[in-house]
Amino acid sequence: MQVAKMAAGTATADMATAPVAPPAPPAFERPDFQIVPRAGLPIVAVVLVLLVVGIAVNELWPLVFLHVVGGAAWTIIDLFLGFVLGPVIGRMSPPAKVELTTRLMPKMVLIMPTVVTVTLAAGWQLGTFLGTVQSSYSLHGWIVASYIVVGVMAVIALGLLEPANIAVLTELKKERPNPQRIEKLMKRFIYCAGITGAMQVATLVIMTKLASA
Amino acid sequence: MNASPTPAGDAAAEPHLPPVTQLAMTSLALIVAGGIYLASHIPNSVPLTPAIVLLCASVALLAINLALLARVPDFAWRRFFEVAKWALLAYAIIAGMILYAFLRDSLSGGPLVVLTLSLVVFAVHVPLLIGFTVARYDTPANT
Repeated sequence: MQVAKMAAGTATADMATAPVAPPAPPAFERPDFQIVPRAGLPIVAVVLVLLVVGIAVNELWPLVFLHVVGGAAWTIIDLFLGFVLGPVIGRMSPPAKVELTTRLMPKMVLIMPTVVTVTLAAGWQLGTFLGTVQSSYSLHGWIVASYIVVGVMAVIALGLLEPANIAVLTELKKERPNPQRIEKLMKRFIYCAGITGAMQVATLVIMTKLASA
Repeated sequence: MNASPTPAGDAAAEPHLPPVTQLAMTSLALIVAGGIYLASHIPNSVPLTPAIVLLCASVALLAINLALLARVPDFAWRRFFEVAKWALLAYAIIAGMILYAFLRDSLSGGPLVVLTLSLVVFAVHVPLLIGFTVARYDTPANT
């Protein structure tokens, strides 16, 4: 936001002295980055292979491992981004915000879809293995509630958060990034992370109830 | 790398665009609802009609979205396809993993067809949305 304010402030000051088009705001340092970090792709491939093997083997420990590790990572990242890092980013100076964004967001492009896929696919297989996805299961209502929570989170993450993430990085790659666009997209990203973070609290309630049943 | 931000007034020049994001989110919500409906009745046989209706509505929204987007003048199509093709690859892999889990559980018949088509809508609509969100902020010179 401060980049935008800075730009708007420069324009206002200039308008007071001469009626000319606002000059470009001062340049800021922007680290070089890849929108999709290629170095991370082999790690993603290994994780997906582990997921396929875990589902194919269909034994309790690999499925619990994949579901719990993936789910824990998903929950913690959402909560941390939504309630800790999000508000911190909002108060950062424009150069610091840009530097953090260019270093953090490309990693999120790989981490979040991988973690979500592993959690959901392993979770479904685990539910089938344990019989908890059957409608005869005593806590079936809680299971359906978890589907709904995950469904809402998925729609928000896929429809708003992920496109905003990619769009911010693409904008930052441009020779002349637009601070207003970055600000708008970052706000969308942080609000979405906050909403999914809040929904992760519901996930924690449901999963601990199921685990202790 | 040094970056010069564009003057703040540039954002005001953004063209009027169809509600692609809203339509895509509604479409995704419909297939998610259909998936939850089917999943919540396992292993009982369940009428497929509600799931099929939700899927058809979702496909219709996808078609409307594509049609509306195709009619946008001066859209940055090159940027759109540049982003959407890689997103399509990524989401096809994700959809494939989810489908693999269903097949592993011997899901078959009508529910498998509905869930597979739902995954196809998901794997097409999300890349469309990502490509649109990136391309809408690009210059028409990149078409």
